[in-house]
Amino acid sequence: MRRWLLLGALVVLALVLQVSVLDAFAWHGIVPDLALLVVVGAALVRGSEFGMVAGFAAGVLLDLAPPADHLAGRWALALLIVGYLAGRVGEDDTQAPALGRHRVAPATVVATVAAGSFVGSSLFALTGLLLRDPAVGIGDLLPAIGISLAWDVLLAPFVLPPVMAAFRAVDPVRAR
Amino acid sequence: MVMLTRPPTERITERVNRRGGLEPARGPKRATIVALVLACAVLLVLDLTGPVLTPARRLVGEVLGPLESAAATIAQPVTGIPGWFDSRADLREEIDRLSKENGELRQQVATIPYDANRLAAYDGLVATAKSIGYAIVPAHVVGYGPAQSFERTVTIDAGSSAGVEADMTVVSAAGLVGRVLRVTSTAATVLLVADADSVVGGRVGSSMEAGFVRGSSTDPERLDLELLDQTEVPAAGDTVVTWGSAKGAPYVAGVPIGVVDSVYTSLRDSTRRARITPFVDFTALDLVGVAVPSGTHSDRRLIDADGVIR
Repeated sequence: MRRWLLLGALVVLALVLQVSVLDAFAWHGIVPDLALLVVVGAALVRGSEFGMVAGFAAGVLLDLAPPADHLAGRWALALLIVGYLAGRVGEDDTQAPALGRHRVAPATVVATVAAGSFVGSSLFALTGLLLRDPAVGIGDLLPAIGISLAWDVLLAPFVLPPVMAAFRAVDPVRAR
Repeated sequence: MVMLTRPPTERITERVNRRGGLEPARGPKRATIVALVLACAVLLVLDLTGPVLTPARRLVGEVLGPLESAAATIAQPVTGIPGWFDSRADLREEIDRLSKENGELRQQVATIPYDANRLAAYDGLVATAKSIGYAIVPAHVVGYGPAQSFERTVTIDAGSSAGVEADMTVVSAAGLVGRVLRVTSTAATVLLVADADSVVGGRVGSSMEAGFVRGSSTDPERLDLELLDQTEVPAAGDTVVTWGSAKGAPYVAGVPIGVVDSVYTSLRDSTRRARITPFVDFTALDLVGVAVPSGTHSDRRLIDADGVIR
């Protein structure tokens, strides 16, 4: 129960920061996907099922929160899959407790964030292309995906450790 | 190794293990995946088909909107950080740019009434062109004849290269101005109807009675109308228009001249005359038009008889 509350609080915090504060630091109008980072962190700690639900919830919130005007469900679908992938990575990496490792290696975290950011932004862009939601071309999409990937990797070392620590702390027994 | 496909039995044992917390679970339940993906699809379809999700957006907005504005307010010191890196040269450049823009905007604001008047004048000319059925060469009055020479003439900035010739009618948006006396290639001299030498064939609109409109030598703001039929007495407020000449020279037909102000009897020849207040203010002429036949070749854009500018 507590992890759900934590998830809700973190997602809302990420969303509000992303919309209201980070736009001052936007590069070509593109801000870091804090919500995506939260989802990746949650999924790495709690596994793919929780990751999927977290991704879905964060995505729905991103789809419905005020400045959003795209079709609802696009971020939900993208973050759902990001949560699933990150969850699988977390599960795989902690599969062998025999190694003595209890935590996901930092390099794996960053790589997961990079992959998750790429997959998430690309999926969001692809659904937009398929549904003709904003009428933009692929040429405009690729730089946006690249910049947001760079942002997410840049912020991952600062955002992911506290997020993962928080998810471990709320429910230590079943955390990985 | 990740095994993506597993036999159901193994899956069940895994779930049991997971509940016992002995072994890490591997992957979500298939039902969860299906349910979540379906939920996304439902959301997409709902939003595609209509405004079904508006209440949901509204609800989320009601909750998150205050949070967002609060965050933006609190974070103002932080969001100002990028501004710290503006260099002095950047700021100076911005000041230059803004003051230049400010000057331009001030100028625009200052000329708005003038532009509006000009636009109204052009609109009026278009209406005049439509009503008299002639194309019109727009021109500006650039010089007034001196009053001490006792003639009422003006110079306009359209000449023979604009298609203007002698004995053409000059109108404004309000009504008849005069006729062209002579032209040069770039300018023309116009005799105003208020000149004492000017005689225009006029017609009282209500009775169709014809007469002659002359400039008044005594009152520069008035015209005199002498009717051919002395038994007809025009009523005050009747409109006087031109009756027109052959081939439209020097005056085209149907151009309003003025309204009848009062009727008086001339002591000298005991004829009845009417005093006309002209529609045109001859002391404040700016944009006028010269009526030319449709299709005239001109060095400027004409207002054609159908109101189209070409």
